[in-house]
Amino acid sequence: MRELETQIISREVARLSIEANYYLADDVKNRITQLKEREESPTAEKTLAVLLKNYEAAAEQKMPICQDTGVAVIFADIGQDLHIVGGDFTEAVNEGVRRGYKEGYLRKSMVDDPVIDRKNTGDNTPAVIHTRIVPGDKLHLTVVPKGGGAENMSEVRMMKSADGIEGVMDFVTERVERSGGNPCPPVIVGVGIGGDFEQSAVLAKRSLLRPLDQVHPGQKWARVEEELLERINNLGIGPQGFGGRITALAVKIETMACHIASMPVAVNIQCHASRHKSASL
Amino acid sequence: MPETIYLTTPLTTEMLEPLKIGDSVMISGTIYTARDAAHKRLAALLEEGKEPPFDLAGQIIYYVGPAPAPPGKVIGSAGPTTSYRMDPYTPALLEAGLKGMIGKGPRGKEVVSAMKEQGAVYFAALGGAAVITAESVQSARVIAYEDLGTEAIRELIVENFPCVVANDLAGNDIYETGVNTYRRNTSEWNS
Repeated sequence: MRELETQIISREVARLSIEANYYLADDVKNRITQLKEREESPTAEKTLAVLLKNYEAAAEQKMPICQDTGVAVIFADIGQDLHIVGGDFTEAVNEGVRRGYKEGYLRKSMVDDPVIDRKNTGDNTPAVIHTRIVPGDKLHLTVVPKGGGAENMSEVRMMKSADGIEGVMDFVTERVERSGGNPCPPVIVGVGIGGDFEQSAVLAKRSLLRPLDQVHPGQKWARVEEELLERINNLGIGPQGFGGRITALAVKIETMACHIASMPVAVNIQCHASRHKSASL
Repeated sequence: MPETIYLTTPLTTEMLEPLKIGDSVMISGTIYTARDAAHKRLAALLEEGKEPPFDLAGQIIYYVGPAPAPPGKVIGSAGPTTSYRMDPYTPALLEAGLKGMIGKGPRGKEVVSAMKEQGAVYFAALGGAAVITAESVQSARVIAYEDLGTEAIRELIVENFPCVVANDLAGNDIYETGVNTYRRNTSEWNS
C-alpha cells in the first residue's frame, strides 16, 4: 500500500494556503477583463480596473490579494488505497495552515468560541476540513481561503417541491439582492440543490471550485445557470455595490438526489477574489 | 470624470459639506482602525462614561483588520471590512464626535440618520483591493487592545488613501442611487 507522510501534507497545505492568497487564478481575471467592456457605469468600470491592478500588485509584491485571508477550508479526497503515516491527518492539515499563515504573513481570523469568548486562536486554526474517500492511492488537496464578508451573505433554505425552478431562481436572486454591496461584488454565486440540509451547503461550496468558464454538464442546469446570471446582473448592484451591470461573474450549480419531502437549496456567495489552489500527492 | 477631492484629517463638518456621493476622495493624515471587537469595547467605554483610547472628535475610523506586515513594509494588505456589523455601535461614536468612517457595503437606516444629525460622512474603500490600499499607509502602530491581534486599534498615518463618498451630508446613499440607476427588469433583458 502506498504511504504518505503527514509532514508532506503539512508542507503542501502551507504552500497552497500562501499561493492561493497571493496569486489569483486566470479564470477570474479573464472574466473581469472581458466583462469590463460591457460595464455601463464609469465608476464601476474604474472599480473593476482597480481590482485587476490589485491582483497584479499582490502577485508582484507577494502579498495577500485581500487582508481577509479567510477561514482555511480544505477539501481532501483521500484514495482508499493510500496509507497516511506519521501522525494525525487533521493535525497535519492544521499544522500546514498554522505554518502557511505565519510564513506567508496571512491574517489570523479565527476565534475559538463562536459566541461567548471570541478569542483569536492566533494561528488561523482550526481549518474546516471536508474529506471524501475516493478510488486510487492519491491524496487530492484543495485549499480555499474563504473570506468572512461573502460567507456572511450565504444561506440555506429548505424549500418545497411546489416552489419549482422559479422558486429556486427567485431565492437565489433575492439572496444576491439582499447582499447588495456587502460581499464585495462582482461575486460568484455557488448554488447547491438537493442532498439534505448540510449536504446542500457543501455542494454550494464545492461548486465554487469549478472554473468560471465551465458550465454545468447537464444542459437543463447549464441553462438555469445562464438565466440566473442574467437576472442577477439585472439587479443593478454592480461592482462593490456602487451601481452597475456586473454584479456576478458566474453562477455555479451543483445538484444531487434528495428526499421525496425535501428540496434543500443553499447559496454560498464568493467575493471576486475567488481563491483556491489544489495539489495531488 | 469628477475631479478628486483631497482631505486631511482632522475633519470638520464644513470640510465635508462639498462632498457628494460618488466623489473620489484621497485622505491624508491620521486615521484609526477599529472593527468588530474594538467597537464593542469602545461602545462599552462610552456607555460607562469613560474616555476612549483616542479622542474621537473630528476623526475617521477605518474598518479594517490588516494582514501582518511582511519584512520591509509598514503594514500588510489592508482593505476594508463590511461595515454593517459596526452599525449597532456607530451612533454612539458619532455622538462622541467621530466625523468619518471608511468601510464597504451599505449602512443601516439608524446610522444614516445619525450621520446626517451629527454632520459625518461614510466613505467606501474598494473591498479586495487590499494591496493597493495598503500602499497609502505610511506608518502604523497599535494604540489599544493589543490582545485583539488584527482587531487591535491602530493609528495609521496615510497619504492619499483612495475612497469614494458613499453617504454625504445631504443624506444621499450611493448604494441606493447607484443600484436604482442600473437596475432593469428581466423581461426587458430577454426581449
